[in-house]
Formats: sequence, C-alpha cells, structure tokens
Amino acid sequence: MTIKLWKGNEAIAEAAVRAGADAYFGYPITPQTELLEYLSSRMPALGRVFLQAESEIGAIHMVYGAASAGKRAFTTSSSPGISLMQEGLSYIAASEVPCVLVDIMRGGPGLGNIQPSQADYFQMTRSAGHGDYHPLVLAPATVQEAVDLMSISFDLAFLYRHLVVLLADGILGQMMEPVEMPPLRTLEDQMPGWALTGAVGRPPRNITSLYLGAEQLEGLNLRLQAKLAQIAAYEQRWESYRTDDAEQLIVAFGTVGRIARSAVDQAREQGQRVGLFRPISLWPFPAQPLAQLSRHVDSILVVEMNAGQMREDVERIVGGPVHFLGRMGGMIPTPEEIVEALPMKPKAQVHRNGSNGAAPVKRIKERSYAPSA
Amino acid sequence: MQTSIVIAGFGGQGVLFAGQLLAHAALDARKHVTWIPSYGPEMRGGTAHCTVIISDRPVGSPLARHPEIVLAMNQPSAVKYAPLIGLGGLLVVNTSLAEIPATRPDVRLIPVAANEVAEAAGDLRLANVVLLGALLATRPILPAPVVEKALERYLPERHRHLLDANRAAFRAGYASQDEQTRLAA
Amino acid sequence: MPPVLERPIENQTNNGSPVLEPVYCFPDSLRDVHTHYCPGCTHGTIHRLVAEVIDELGIRERTLMVAPVGCAVFAYEYFNLDSCEAAHGRAPAMATGLKRVLPDQIVFTYQGDGDLASIGTNEIIHAAARGEKITVIFVNNAVYGMTGGQMAPTSLPGQVTSSSPAGRNPAIQGHPIHIPEMLAGMPGVAYAVRRSVHSVAEIRKTKKAIRQAFQTQLDGLGLSIVEILSSCPTNWRMDPAGALDFIRDQMVPVFPLGDFKVIG
Repeated sequence: MTIKLWKGNEAIAEAAVRAGADAYFGYPITPQTELLEYLSSRMPALGRVFLQAESEIGAIHMVYGAASAGKRAFTTSSSPGISLMQEGLSYIAASEVPCVLVDIMRGGPGLGNIQPSQADYFQMTRSAGHGDYHPLVLAPATVQEAVDLMSISFDLAFLYRHLVVLLADGILGQMMEPVEMPPLRTLEDQMPGWALTGAVGRPPRNITSLYLGAEQLEGLNLRLQAKLAQIAAYEQRWESYRTDDAEQLIVAFGTVGRIARSAVDQAREQGQRVGLFRPISLWPFPAQPLAQLSRHVDSILVVEMNAGQMREDVERIVGGPVHFLGRMGGMIPTPEEIVEALPMKPKAQVHRNGSNGAAPVKRIKERSYAPSA
Repeated sequence: MQTSIVIAGFGGQGVLFAGQLLAHAALDARKHVTWIPSYGPEMRGGTAHCTVIISDRPVGSPLARHPEIVLAMNQPSAVKYAPLIGLGGLLVVNTSLAEIPATRPDVRLIPVAANEVAEAAGDLRLANVVLLGALLATRPILPAPVVEKALERYLPERHRHLLDANRAAFRAGYASQDEQTRLAA
Repeated sequence: MPPVLERPIENQTNNGSPVLEPVYCFPDSLRDVHTHYCPGCTHGTIHRLVAEVIDELGIRERTLMVAPVGCAVFAYEYFNLDSCEAAHGRAPAMATGLKRVLPDQIVFTYQGDGDLASIGTNEIIHAAARGEKITVIFVNNAVYGMTGGQMAPTSLPGQVTSSSPAGRNPAIQGHPIHIPEMLAGMPGVAYAVRRSVHSVAEIRKTKKAIRQAFQTQLDGLGLSIVEILSSCPTNWRMDPAGALDFIRDQMVPVFPLGDFKVIG
C-alpha cells in the first residue's frame, strides 16, 4: 500500500470511484468543485457516467433516476446547493433507493461565504427534505477518514436502501493529507430485485413516493421508521481520545473534532485532564457512549463551527446544559481558544485521593453541566 | 515535535506549490503532515497563502494562529504575518519585494533577495524554491536532499522542463544561508 | 404480444368458412385497470396511443416510463412498464439519469403543462440542450388539472381559471408558452411537433407522431417531444364533446398543430 498526499475533495472523489460508483451528477459550487472536476475525467476514463447537471435540482433528480436503475449513483455539493437538493433527497428517502451525497459545508445562511462551516448539522441530521426521516450522516475529521467512510457509503446505502451523507467542510475539502487509498473494487453487475431494468418476463416494477391513502402512507412511514431504528442500532460510530481519566470532556465533530484533539493535548500539557468525544455518525448520534462518558466527567464543552446545533443533541443525551464554544461564518476555532474555553482551569494538584478517573456515582446528581453564571 | 509553516505571497508566486512541495517531502520523510491553502474567489493576482504542519504525531488542527515559520514572498505578507509568528519563530523574507519588517527580538529574521537569486539561478519565477532552500539551510525541519528529491517527484508535468532550474534555485537559496551561517560561526 | 390491427383481416379455414382475426386487442403495454381520469378526459386516449406504439415497436420489455406530478401522476398504475414517479417538473432529469446508466433502454417522460412548461422548464430545456435520447409526451390541457383548474403556463389569453377569475391577461399574467417551437431551435432536439386528440383524424396523426418520436429515440438522433392538445372538461366546465370543440376552436389557433423540427 502506498501513502500519497491527497487533496480532500479529490480523495473523496477517488474513493467513490474505487468504491464502485457507476454514475455521478453534479454542479459546480465552492468549496467542493474539485470533486466535480476530478470526476469529469476519471469517470469517463473508466467507462462510467459523469454529467454536469444544469443545477443541483437537476443533479439530484438525475441521481434519483440512475439510482432507480439499481446503479451506484452519487452527487456532491455545498450548503446552498444542498438546500436546492432537498426536494430530491426527500423523494429518494421515500422511494427507498440508495443514494450517496457529499456535503462540503460552507458558511451560511443565504449565499454566506465559501469558508468552512458546520452549520448544515441540522439540515442534514434533521431536515434533509420534508417528511419524517433522517439520512445516515457520517462526519470525517481527516482526509483518510473521509476516504474510509466514502468507501463504505455505497455499501451502507444499498444495505439499507437509504440516503447516506458524507458531511465535511471546506477545510477537509481543500486540505491535503497523506492517504492510503483502498484498491479499485470490481463489482459484479448488480441487479437488485427492485431496480428498473425493463419488465422482461416479470410484472413491471414501480418506484414512487406517492401513497395517497393515509393508511398506505402511514405504512410506508412505519417501514421507514423501523429501518431507521435498525440503522440507529447498528451504525453508530464515534472516537474517544484520552477520555480514560478525563475530568473535562470536549465534544466536537468533523474538522473541529481534530482541532479539539490538539486542544486536548495542549490542555494535558498544562496538567488538565481533558478528553475528546468525537461522534463520527451524526445521525444516528452515538448517544449511549456519550451518556456513559458523561457520567465520569465533571464538565462538558461542545465546540462547533455553528451556533450550537450539535449541542442540542448533547444536552438531550447528558440531560442538562453544557458549556459551548461556537465560531461561525468561516471563523475556525483554534486549539488555544478551545483550551481557554474549558470551564475548569488548570490546578496545581490534580490528583484526587484514590481516584481512578471514574467519578463516584453520587457526584452525578451534584454536578451541573451549566456554564457558571 | 511539530512545526507549522505559513507561506504567503501574491497569487502566481508559487506559494501553494512551495507548500505542497514541503508537504510531499515531509511525507517522504515519514512525518505526519497537512497542507491547507487559503481559498477564495480570486483566480489570479490576489493574495495567497498556505499552511503546512509537519509533525511526529497525527496532526490535529491544520491551521496555526501563531506559526513557527513564515515565508513572506511580498510586502503585504511580511507586514501581515511578522507579528503573528510564534515565540522564537523564524521569518524568511523575500527582500526583492518586501522591506525588512520591524521584528521582535525573539524572532529570527532571514532576509533573502529571492528574486535576484532565482534569476541568477535561471528563472525569476523560482523565488519560492529559493526561499525554501534558505529556510532549510537555516532550520533543517526536513533534510534538504529529501526536498530536492521531492522536486523531482512532484514537479507538475507542465513544469517538468524547469526541473534543473528548480534544483539550481533550491541550491542557491540553500547556499545563500549556509554561507552566512558559516560566516556567523 | 399481439399486434394491434387497424382493420379486420379475413381468413379462410380449411372448410371454407370465414374466421375473424381480432380487430381489437388491449395493448400489452397497458394494464387492464380502471383509470381515475374524469369522463371525457383525453389522457386515456393518449395513454392508449403511447401503449399501442410501444407494442407495435416491440419495445415494451425495455421501455422505462417516468411519470409526472399532475393528473397523470398515476400513469405508472396504468402502463404495464417499469416506471418511476418524478418530483414535479423533474421528469427530464430523472429520465436523464435512467438513460445515461441504461443507454440501451427506451426512456420516456409523460408530462403535463404545469409540470413541463412551468416548474420543469429548466429540466426540459437542459435535457433538450444536451440532446438526451429520451422521448417526451407533453400533454397540454391549458390548466392545472389535479389541483383544480388553476391558470397554467399554457392557459389561453382571456381564459378564465380558478386562479385567473377575470381571464388570463397577458399584460399581467404573461403569454402562453410554446414549447415545441422553443425547443425546435436547439441542436439537441431531433423531433418537436404538436398534435391534438380532438377528432379521430387528429388522433391518428397523433399516434403517427408518437411512433416517430419513439423511432427517433431508437435511432439515437436526440430528444423527441410530442405536445398533445388535450381536453379537461371538468376544469373547463364543459361537457366532453364541448371540450373537444374547445380544443379545435380555441386552443389550436393559439397552439398551431404542426412539425417544428423533424430529423431522420
């Protein structure tokens, strides 16, 4: 295996190719355009489909069409473009066709700017289109992790016949990092039992999201919810870093997750016992592991490049308010800033008598996560 | 051990490539490394900078508020980054296009007339590589031969014909500081 | 797959008595189900024509339909074809996705005027610009039928609808859109015509045009589109016969029948 420097966007594109993507439809938007450009030569060279659509709306509905034929179809965009795709995402989720979407987030709302942001957390985990569903949302922190997650995205999308979102930001899209690429997968021509191929010697198949009868539509929703429950049970991903003896816990995802890692190291050098919990799947959120960790720490600090969207999930899970540091509009929190935001300041003596890092149970009730007034 | 380097200048001065070269060399030297550019709507002629972090451990933040090393290829970059350099840091300035900024006592200043050195080495456009050479002679964050090897391996196809000139520029930059180091000793 | 015959063929049996061969068959490409279309609506006629053409070309098992949002939203329940249901106006994009990954299959969209000429103009124009090798059956009845007869992009000047109670005033609500005329100027379009189903003669001409549109796709020439003027007695507040007269007397003068582009 060779390790090479890859730019995030290009690495994600190559990983999709190697994961067996049959068709890509996309539209240029900064900071993800390199994905489109890379695939414009790479896909045709392999005899696969690349098409620059007339809009993000066109792109997602082309994906919908190609996915309906049982193909590994995907698209990529950035925040404002994702807003335009919401219609198609909802149809895809309701029709239960597999689809992979990459969102390289930028600052909003509105046209915002092209700087990195994490402000699509709600959009992707809560409202990726109308109706009752969540996409499976994966948030890498390094280019390597983006490649690894992209490599399994199609498998997950086909396993659950669901929408899988790779949620990254402009930093990850634009930065270069060493990457070990998986080999190019050769896939046997898939012909899922639901795919539109032409009704040869069988009754016709139909892919739709229309269920006019209330009972029918409730039936679809119950089926979707059962599927989501299954995804929630099996697809939680997270990373804990230096949490074993942590008194303070930082919770951060994606790019901020890696910046917080630096903050943990800095704080540790100052004698603070700090750990990091980094959710990798944002939906399903790894609630159980976070809840468990929260019982052993004295404070929780959520850091995001938004106004506190994931914080709402964290507070729900730990059952109370937490500390929060948020930067917006393309401002990126630095490790120093995160260390400064830690609620407990370095002490000369950090050892507790007989402590093994686990907090006594009774302290849970006494402790408050609330920022001090 | 972790080193953060910012390379800054006008778009078109090869700022991003110089950073990528350093990043490739760092990977070849089996270091952890990140490279991240400034990206904006400007296509040509604006300002550009990139940050390279070279480390023995996995890199957390790919950005540095107070980089240890700054390569300033023009006046605006020197003015902007000189005050941001971390404690005990290093500022390599292209004096062909920038005045020597007032520096802090803790920052080591390396003035290089990079345009002139590059021109003498064969091509004015290679001032970026000259500055890299000067940096590595001053602070060997990577072995110079590894960087030179990286030039051979990663110079884009369209600039292949400039490989010898690049190598010459890198060596000239290196020699400029190496000599001074010896004189000072 | 029995062919659909237009006139009876008489044969002789061995003993000399005549046997009649079938003169009417239900098309294989239609399902034998009742539709939800209103009495007098010509969607049923158009479905039938499309199904007959698919049968006659022998392409039923490799034809994929993209249904629209509008009155024909349930077209997939009536056609005996692999099919899917696009979002409003997006059928040409969905058809593009299907055709690009299954280039040997025959892909067609069935769209109404609100779907194609209003919310979906971007999709149809760019599918046409790319010369997507798909066929578009564009049914124009000058109103939004399914939502209850609101003004459509193809409503006639002066036409009273539930959202233009004073009649469509071009100075305020704009002019009707002429889709095949617009698309005919694009190099990616190989076949762009307008037909009507207000009389038997026009129905026959419409079938021929549909057949040529599918043949255009089979020949790989580019996008083919047949606009078909269709009746909506319910929302026009007319009886079925009056609605057909309305097409002839009111719609055809605004939307002239004819060939705007024919290649091949």
